[in-house]
Amino acid sequence: MSEPAIHALSGSGEVTGYGHVLKQDEVDTSHGPILYLEDITVSFDGFKALNQLSLTIERGELRCVIGPNGAGKTTMMDVITGKTRPDTGSAFFGQTFDLARLPETEIARLGIGRKFQKPTVFEKHTVFENLELAMKTDKRVRPTLLAQLSPPQRDLIARTLKTIRLDGQEHRPAGLLSHGQKQWLEIGMLLVQEPELILLDEPVAGMTDAETDRTAELILELEGSHSIMVVEHDMDFVNRIARTVTVLHEGSVLAEGPMNVVQNDERVIEVYLGR
Amino acid sequence: MTRLFPLRAWSAILAVTSLLLVVLPVLHLAVPETSPLHVSSFWITLVGKFMCYAVVALAMDLIWGYTGILSLGQGLFFALGGYVFGMYLMRQIGRDGVYKSDLPDFMVFLDWKEFPWYWALSDSFIWTLVLVAAVPGLVAFIFGFFAFRSRIKGVYFSIITQALTYAAMLAFFRNDMGFGGNNGFTDFKRILGFPITAPETRTALYVLSGLLLLGSLVLARWIVASKFGRVLTAIRDQESRLMFLGYRTLYFKLAIWTLAAMMSGIAGALYVPQVGIINPGEMSPANSIEIAIWAAVGGRGTLFGPILGAFAVNGAKTWFTVAYPELWLYFLGLLFVLVTLLLPRGLVGLAESLRSRRTTSSESATVLDAKPQEASS
Repeated sequence: MSEPAIHALSGSGEVTGYGHVLKQDEVDTSHGPILYLEDITVSFDGFKALNQLSLTIERGELRCVIGPNGAGKTTMMDVITGKTRPDTGSAFFGQTFDLARLPETEIARLGIGRKFQKPTVFEKHTVFENLELAMKTDKRVRPTLLAQLSPPQRDLIARTLKTIRLDGQEHRPAGLLSHGQKQWLEIGMLLVQEPELILLDEPVAGMTDAETDRTAELILELEGSHSIMVVEHDMDFVNRIARTVTVLHEGSVLAEGPMNVVQNDERVIEVYLGR
Repeated sequence: MTRLFPLRAWSAILAVTSLLLVVLPVLHLAVPETSPLHVSSFWITLVGKFMCYAVVALAMDLIWGYTGILSLGQGLFFALGGYVFGMYLMRQIGRDGVYKSDLPDFMVFLDWKEFPWYWALSDSFIWTLVLVAAVPGLVAFIFGFFAFRSRIKGVYFSIITQALTYAAMLAFFRNDMGFGGNNGFTDFKRILGFPITAPETRTALYVLSGLLLLGSLVLARWIVASKFGRVLTAIRDQESRLMFLGYRTLYFKLAIWTLAAMMSGIAGALYVPQVGIINPGEMSPANSIEIAIWAAVGGRGTLFGPILGAFAVNGAKTWFTVAYPELWLYFLGLLFVLVTLLLPRGLVGLAESLRSRRTTSSESATVLDAKPQEASS
């Protein structure tokens, strides 16, 4: 009676019905997308911020999400990061992590990194310390008390500083950076967490044209090595980086496809692009 | 060593330590009382007391200055440490009390026949040493766990710490608590068998207070210079952002909060044998507020500042309460208002800005460099 019972095991978290061994804490995308939202509904006092929203993102994809104000873009991000719980529908990170149940900090630890609209860096800490705090390490109390940066970790910070174009500024307090630089530092703080999925909420809001250009370059550099979802109002910017665009309207997906197709979709023109 | 403090700071620490912990005790013990160089026991007790206060001010700096948690109940932990050590000192009186009983006088007075269970360990010096830190630490841990878990922050946290110490004071006022009611513990005779008022005993307690202060300063510096310390300041500035990075800030706050309570408790334990009394008055809300004022006057988030603040405010208090006793509280209030309005970084901040003003002309280039490159929106 001691057959290998791979399919019968349940609850251990080590083995699933797919018959392959999972590493705990590692997102499993072997059978599909990295992010999977289906029929998500969220209502606040009767108002449906999200209405049966369905969306999937593949590993390594760069996805832009656009939509007028109140279309549910931020609420969708909140559901993905665990800040808001969906009333109905399912939200999965890879095959195994149920985003509707996991606590916020756990979701962040599993590898979903989010950059908020307003840059919130630690203003009194230096650029370097901001990255150090954000870095993917053991973040419990005792390891933090005894933490020393290892050479690979220093390397990672140095590389990230180059990517976000802040090398040479690492010892300045983050509060002294320009608005655009703070946004890059935020992106850098995401990168050192080595997230599986990066959510960027209006990354170029309030940026100068030059800063917007450099941000577009930066995001295109990350494409392929990271799965990225960008929510943005700035159509020029979306045009520059977009592969696949999802248009949200009144809490659900109105259209999805390549930028030029979406741009010519009549319903999209009506609610958003035409204005 | 130099990673903790720059060399100049180490030499300043060494100079002050040798003055306070070597020169003063020698002048007290070895110089005859008739000599003008003799340091009287009044000064030894006074400075010893101040050094205990300075340890509490340091603890306050860790939780308030660095972590942004304003405790207005820190005096409770100080008093708890003091009470635990006071229990040991009461047992040391033995049968030399007024009623010649094994029980302390106040228990005889209440007609108690034996020690309550919670006095069981008070006979042991070793257990007392453990409990002076463990009791305040445990109280802080339990209180902090529930307060921080409920995400009580800012002024609400300050108010409930204030209520906590007030409630404890009322409880300790009651005779049947078994802690001597409003008289508390006093008339101590011995500590480890040595007479408590002997100059040598006093000097030993004084030196221990100084070593505690020095040790606390080095420990606090080690903490704030570590990544843990940078997490604490990040909690102060942007706690929700830090949680989003995956730090469970509850445990960081709980750790530093409990440590600060333990430091305060140990300071209280050294304070009580030096002043010779502990009573519930030490738990009064006003005492805890004064601790916050020491830290604010000296300069929050600087470690040296609160130590300086504890000495400066208590020095002023010592003088004022003799010269103009009725004016002291007004002065203290005025001091707090002025410091808050004019010196947000306290005495240390004032000294730093004076120094940087003197060197501005030579370093104007670097100052310019430190300005934001573009105006932020």
